[in-house]
Amino acid sequence: MDALTPLSYEEALEKLEQAIDALQDGRLDLDRALKYYEEGMKLAQYCQDLLQKAELRVQQLRVTDDGKLESEPLDLA
Amino acid sequence: MLFPELEPEPSADWSVTQTVRYLKDLLETDEELQGIRVHGEISGCKVVSSGHCYFTLKDAEAQLQCVFFKHARLRSSAPELRDGMAVAASGRFSLYERDGKLQLYVEQIELVGEGALATRFEQLRARLKAEGLFDEERKRPLPIAPVVVGIVTSLQAAALHDMLRVLRTRYPLTEVVIAPSLVQGSEAPAAIVQALDRLNEHGEAEVIIVARGGGSIEELWAFNEEVVARAISRSRIPVISGVGHETDFTIADFVADYRASTPTAAATKAVPNIVDLQQTLQESQEQLEVLIEDVLLRCREDLEQAARQLERESPRSRLERLQQQLDGTTETLQSEMQHRLALQQERLKGAALSLHSLSPLLTIARGFSVVRRASEQSIVTSVSQVQPGDELAIEVTDGQISARVMTH
Repeated sequence: MDALTPLSYEEALEKLEQAIDALQDGRLDLDRALKYYEEGMKLAQYCQDLLQKAELRVQQLRVTDDGKLESEPLDLA
Repeated sequence: MLFPELEPEPSADWSVTQTVRYLKDLLETDEELQGIRVHGEISGCKVVSSGHCYFTLKDAEAQLQCVFFKHARLRSSAPELRDGMAVAASGRFSLYERDGKLQLYVEQIELVGEGALATRFEQLRARLKAEGLFDEERKRPLPIAPVVVGIVTSLQAAALHDMLRVLRTRYPLTEVVIAPSLVQGSEAPAAIVQALDRLNEHGEAEVIIVARGGGSIEELWAFNEEVVARAISRSRIPVISGVGHETDFTIADFVADYRASTPTAAATKAVPNIVDLQQTLQESQEQLEVLIEDVLLRCREDLEQAARQLERESPRSRLERLQQQLDGTTETLQSEMQHRLALQQERLKGAALSLHSLSPLLTIARGFSVVRRASEQSIVTSVSQVQPGDELAIEVTDGQISARVMTH
C-alpha cells in the first residue's frame, strides 16, 4: 500500500483498469495473473480509502506582489 | 471677445442671422451641451431619402428636435428607431440656421429600461451566434473526474457555499480553486473576465464554473456582456455556466461548454458522484475476483489434463498396457490351439470311423475269416496259391485256427 500512496485517485483508477484489462487476457500465466489480481485488489481498496478519507480542499487564487498568480487555502468559516 | 464682429453695437438692432449665429455660438461653446445624453421617448420618427433620420425626443412636459445623420447612424450601434421607444440619445446641440431650429445632432442612441436590455441581449446574441460562438462543435467535453475545479464567483455569494457543499458531498477528492470576482455592477464584467483569464493562466483547473445566484435581469447583466462571452470562448479550460435560476438565460450560458440552470446544478455537473465511484470500485473488485477465478479454474483444468497425460505415459500404465496386450495374445493363442485341436480330433474321429467301417474284423465277425499262409502271413485269396500240405492260419473273430491243405 505504501508504494501506492503517491498515486492520485485518477492514477490509481487507471492502473486498476489496466490490471483488469491485463487479467482479461486469457493466456496469462498464473504467476502474472495473481500479481495483476493482487495489484488490482490493492488499488481498488486504495481508491476506496481515498474516497473515504477525502476532504474538499478550497483554495483562492491571488496575485502576489511581484505579479505572480498563486493559490492559498481559503477559510470560509 | 470670441467673435468681435458679431458683437452687436450697443442699443443697435440685430439682424436675424446675427441673432441666430450668436445663439448657435453660445450652444456650440457650451461644454455640457456638446456632449450630452438625453433620455426621452421617440416620436414622429422618419427616415428621408438621403438616409438621415429625424425625430422628436419628448417626455411628459417638453420636446426636442433631433437629427440622426446617416453617417452617424451607420457608425453607431443604434437599434432601428420606432416611435414610442425609450432611448438615451447622445450628441451635441446646435441651431439649424435656415429654420432657426434648435436641434440635437445625435451620435449614438441606446435603448433604456427593460426593453433596452432585452434588445441589447437579442442583438448580441444574434451577432455572436452568427460568429459561431455558440456552435455545438465548439463545446468541449467536460472532464469526468477533475482533480481541480475552478470557480469564478463572489466570495460573499450564497451561491459559493451552495457549490462547495455540493462538491464536498459529491466529490471531496477534488481541489477547488476560486478566482474571486464581482458578479454584479458596472465593474463585474471586467472582473469576471480577469478571473477567467487568471484561472487559465494558473492552468490547474480542468473545468471552470462561472456562477452567480438568482437576481433581477439587471443584477445578472454582467453575464450578458460581450467581454464576458469572449473570455469564456477563449478559455482553454471548459466552462460550465450556472447563472441565476432555471429560467434565466444569459449570453454566458450560450457560449459556455455546458449550461447549468443554477450554481448548484453547475457544481453537480462538474464532478462525479462519490457513491457511483464507490459502486464502480466495488464492481471492479468483483470483476477481479471473477477474472482470477477464471484463471485459477483454467490452471486447475490444465493441471488435471497434464496429470492425466502423465498417467497415460507412466511406466506402470505402459506395463499394464503391455500386460493387457500379452493377455490378449495369449488368449488368441489358446483359442487358436483349442480350435485346431478340436479340428484334429474331429478328423481323427472321422478317420477312426472310416477305418472301423473298413476293418476286416467286422467281416470276420459276420462269419467270414481270413486265411493266411502260415509261413509268410500272405493272405490266400485263390486255390492256386496253395499246395496240399501247406500250413494255413485261419483268423476268426476270437482267434486263429491252424490248418493244413488237404487237397484242392
